[in-house]
Amino acid sequence: MESLSNKKKVVDNRPLSLWERAYLPAIIRGMSITMKHYLFTKDVTIRYPEQKREFSENFRGMHSLKRDEDGRERCTACGLCALSCPAEAITMISAERQPGEEHLYREEKYAAVYEINMLRCIFCGLCEEACPKEAIYLDGDIVPSDYLRKDFIYGKDKLVEAPLNQ
Amino acid sequence: METADIIIKFVLIVIIFTISLVVAMYSTYAERKVAAFFQDRVGPNRAGPFGIFQPLADGAKFFLKEEIIPTNSNAFLFIVGPSLAIMTACIGSAVIPWGQTLTIGTHKIPLQVADINVGVLYIFGVVSLGVYGIMIGGWASNNKYSLLGAIRAASQNISYEIAMGLSIIALLMTTGTLSLKEIAEQQHGWHWNIVYQPLGFLIFIICAFAETNRAPFDLPECETELVGGYHTEYSSMKLGFYLFSEYINMFVSSAVMATLYFGGYNFPFMHSLGLSENWVTILGVIALFIKIFAFIFFFMWVRWTIPRFRYDQLMDLGWKTLIPLAIANIVITGIVMTFIK
Repeated sequence: MESLSNKKKVVDNRPLSLWERAYLPAIIRGMSITMKHYLFTKDVTIRYPEQKREFSENFRGMHSLKRDEDGRERCTACGLCALSCPAEAITMISAERQPGEEHLYREEKYAAVYEINMLRCIFCGLCEEACPKEAIYLDGDIVPSDYLRKDFIYGKDKLVEAPLNQ
Repeated sequence: METADIIIKFVLIVIIFTISLVVAMYSTYAERKVAAFFQDRVGPNRAGPFGIFQPLADGAKFFLKEEIIPTNSNAFLFIVGPSLAIMTACIGSAVIPWGQTLTIGTHKIPLQVADINVGVLYIFGVVSLGVYGIMIGGWASNNKYSLLGAIRAASQNISYEIAMGLSIIALLMTTGTLSLKEIAEQQHGWHWNIVYQPLGFLIFIICAFAETNRAPFDLPECETELVGGYHTEYSSMKLGFYLFSEYINMFVSSAVMATLYFGGYNFPFMHSLGLSENWVTILGVIALFIKIFAFIFFFMWVRWTIPRFRYDQLMDLGWKTLIPLAIANIVITGIVMTFIK
């Protein structure tokens, strides 16, 4: 059978030489290596809360519900995100836009309640792809930790983008 | 003895106990820091600046944890085990000369709790008692992992005590005394025993690693094979005692090595600086502690470098290498002493 790579490791079963059996030279070599790390190598730790590793361009973090250029919520509560969600993390209740609310919601229907269970969410990004209104994006930070399960169900208060300031 | 002397001794004992406990406490912190630096990490840095309060947090945690005594264990022995381990670890420091005499007013205070003329033997006695704590704890747990750990500890300590004793005999041949105080005094100037007994020191330090159950000889608690070894069943402060006694043992054996081989409280040019006696004594104590800390660092350095021995390798090294070497060392020392002196 052909090997997958050309790497070969020849097994060496020769008995150890006296130098190797003396053991101490090997120990001294090993200890000099660790000492080199102790003295000269910089630590690789990123001190997390104070220091953050940069995310990649396509990092998927916490969701945000977007507003359009006039500051109206884009979401029309069609439910495609909830349908596409493999973890069934998204629930919503829709409502009809009343006259006089045109400056709040772009479409005639909007999500009165929009909840994402962050413990269920697997951050796959399918909701983002399913959305026909470009209303949801996973462009946020890491979801912060908490103590109670109920605090991981994020409502509109946490998800909707901050309103535009004219 | 006058009352004043008794009080002075008592204070000295309390101070030494406190120091050895604090050193042991901060050894746990140092160990984690040192391990981190060897592995290019940071180590504990959350509790206080640079994580300086980490040992306190650990200690508090030990006290607050649930105390479990297994139903099928021998409850009495289960408690005796860790108590014995930490007690024997602590009393070893009694014969170590921490410094010369300190003169306060008319009182001359020797910085040594007990200058007994068999100091070295006392140390050996205490060290070999130390294994009883582990054995009793492992046996009382009624758990096969604990028992295996205890058996390993016992056989390992017995094997390495022989080599250790033999290496000390060669040292005693050159010093001619068993009193640690006199041994320390003899090493004044540059007459450190390491110069005369390099092989003896090598054997001694290897055996010290084995006696304190430190890596690479930490088979009694080897977690890859035995879960936690002899302290598998222990929790709360009883576990803390076992872990603590290891660090106190490390401190005491570092002190013994510094005293026996590295000149104890002697430091270079100690009498040519023109300082008063008390200052020389205090500097001597500091010098001894620097040596001790260097040894503790060495213990940690070895631990985070060398992988654990296999059990048969451990026995091979003990019986087939160290004991013949130690005997050869005695013979060579004897020959050299006959022909040179």
